Amino acid sequence: MSFDQFFQYFLSGITSGSIYAIVAIGFNIIYNTTGIINFAQGEFLILGGMIGISLSSFLPIPLAIAAAVVITMGVGALIDFLFIRWLKNPPVLRLVIITIGLSILIRESMLHVWDEKVRTLRHFTGTEVSSVKILGAYISPQVLWVLGISAVIVIALSLFFRLTLVGRAMRACADNRSAARLCGIRASRMVTFSFMLSAAIGALAGCVISPLTQTQYNMGSGLAIKGFTVAILGGLGNSTAAVIAGLILGLLEAFSIAVMPLAYIDAVSIAVLLVILFFRPSGLFGDREASALKEF
Amino acid sequence: MHPRLRKYLPISGMLLLVVAVQLIVSASGANYYLTQLTMSAYYSLVILGLCLLMGYAGQISLGQAGFFAIGGYSSAVLTTIDLVPYSASELVVALKRFGIVVERQDLYGNTLLSFAPWLAFIAAVILTVCIAVVIGIPVIRLRGHYLAMATLGFGLIIYRIVLGTGFLGEADGITGVPGFPLFGWEISGSLSRRISNYYIAWIVVLLAVLLAMNLIRSRVGRALRSIHGSEEAARAMGIDTAQYKLATFVLSAVFASVGGILLTHYNGGIGPSEVSSMKSVRYVAIVAVGGMDNLWGALLMSTVLNFLSLRGYFGSYDDAVFAAILLVIMLFFPDGLLRAPGLRNLANLGRKLLSFPGRATKGKSGNG
Repeated sequence: MSFDQFFQYFLSGITSGSIYAIVAIGFNIIYNTTGIINFAQGEFLILGGMIGISLSSFLPIPLAIAAAVVITMGVGALIDFLFIRWLKNPPVLRLVIITIGLSILIRESMLHVWDEKVRTLRHFTGTEVSSVKILGAYISPQVLWVLGISAVIVIALSLFFRLTLVGRAMRACADNRSAARLCGIRASRMVTFSFMLSAAIGALAGCVISPLTQTQYNMGSGLAIKGFTVAILGGLGNSTAAVIAGLILGLLEAFSIAVMPLAYIDAVSIAVLLVILFFRPSGLFGDREASALKEF
Repeated sequence: MHPRLRKYLPISGMLLLVVAVQLIVSASGANYYLTQLTMSAYYSLVILGLCLLMGYAGQISLGQAGFFAIGGYSSAVLTTIDLVPYSASELVVALKRFGIVVERQDLYGNTLLSFAPWLAFIAAVILTVCIAVVIGIPVIRLRGHYLAMATLGFGLIIYRIVLGTGFLGEADGITGVPGFPLFGWEISGSLSRRISNYYIAWIVVLLAVLLAMNLIRSRVGRALRSIHGSEEAARAMGIDTAQYKLATFVLSAVFASVGGILLTHYNGGIGPSEVSSMKSVRYVAIVAVGGMDNLWGALLMSTVLNFLSLRGYFGSYDDAVFAAILLVIMLFFPDGLLRAPGLRNLANLGRKLLSFPGRATKGKSGNG
């Protein structure tokens, strides 16, 4: 493999890896405040992408994306209001099944609101044929957008959780719910925020990747399982580790194309998921003992 | 009535119902309903297995469609494999003498030579057991989200393998699977065998119910229920929880696999849509509607919902209907529709009238 080729694979790996990391962060935000794995996380990306595409036909792209993010955020809040908030101490199995049901319901609604066609958002800069040459590899400017926006999301989130009052309150809830409530934090409101935040970054990511990967109503579950793999790989709840894990999985996938038929690529990441679940469920960077105490 | 006989009361009731439905349907000239009822019966095998796993051992599995496919596809591959080029070899001749390899004619009168369905059945079940054990040993150590994701992942891998592998027919699936000879009858979709196939399917389900019921009422069943209640407590009582969970996982896989094998022979083929994760979710939905630890409820719901779905009553909302069912049940009736307050009173009344002791006095039983 020549260096150019290597670099090309490398770029495609970190591009998809950064998207997986964003999905994983979406999982982590909700998991941290509620202990729920939201199986509908992948649907947020597709829903955001779909809304963005529809709006972009009469709005400029930045506005269309902003509107898509806000609308998806509303959907996230609605999910919490209708399906999560009023359940009292539901067992994990019940929540798992509820979010699975939600993901299918959102997917089927998208099928009926839009249709089964593959759509794409316009490229943010240039067209699908324009490319930038970096170190001998040709990449679409959209790749730079994906990488840039992913980086912005990660940095903005970590600032949000560290510096703002709401962010700190959410972290407090994640740490110790009853202690947070004693300090006057409304835990239920933090849960709503976490659903909105997850939906928002999901929608943003869904819009940014649409020009590259295209958008179809049934693509959500594939993204969700990869995002989950990354979340587990990094250690559930740990968003910094999720970024590293995302890049690892993205690169692994990109380079496995070199040795394996394309049809099995998805099986690779799922196999990674199974291996990590079986042998190290606390993740690569997680604390084994701490995770043994958690209720999965 | 003698208590030993009493437990066969519901089974006999079911047998009567099966016969009655056939007579009514045939008398009204709507025999085409029997086709979907037969298919529902085979799907119900998957449901019964999953009911044991979810309701009694308390383990969710989102990979049952994977096991269904392992059964169906193995049987389909073995019974459609073309051995004609090797028909002169000694091995094939010897296998033919023992009835392991059989000859048949295709639609155009060409001679085909492939493995006998009974051998394919055994091979498929053995393969299922092997895979279920290998997957099950690590899987049953997981709980909650991790268990759900791991089994979902397993199902997805099988789906990807089916879609990406040439000899499994990729997106087209496998067609031309022969009927399954059974004591002079045959499991196949031919119209002349519609009624006999209806009975074969439901007798298989009946046997599966008997097996499951005896299992639940045995020492194993009590052990499983104690695991569901509290795994730690069960272990403290000296129950080898891991072994029981694994055994149930494997058994539910075999139920799904047998359903897959028989349905494949009945339909004459199998395609990747049987492997999609939506199918697995659908099975979970049906078990949830039935009330998790309620075999009869699961069987009833499986028959009704599968029948309606196969008849196409849900149209393009098929998947959405199952998702909505799943949500409504989990939000409002986590103990299953049949134990919804109104219906429960009705059921209690019915039991009183029939003076049929059962769960009537037990009230709301916990499960989750």
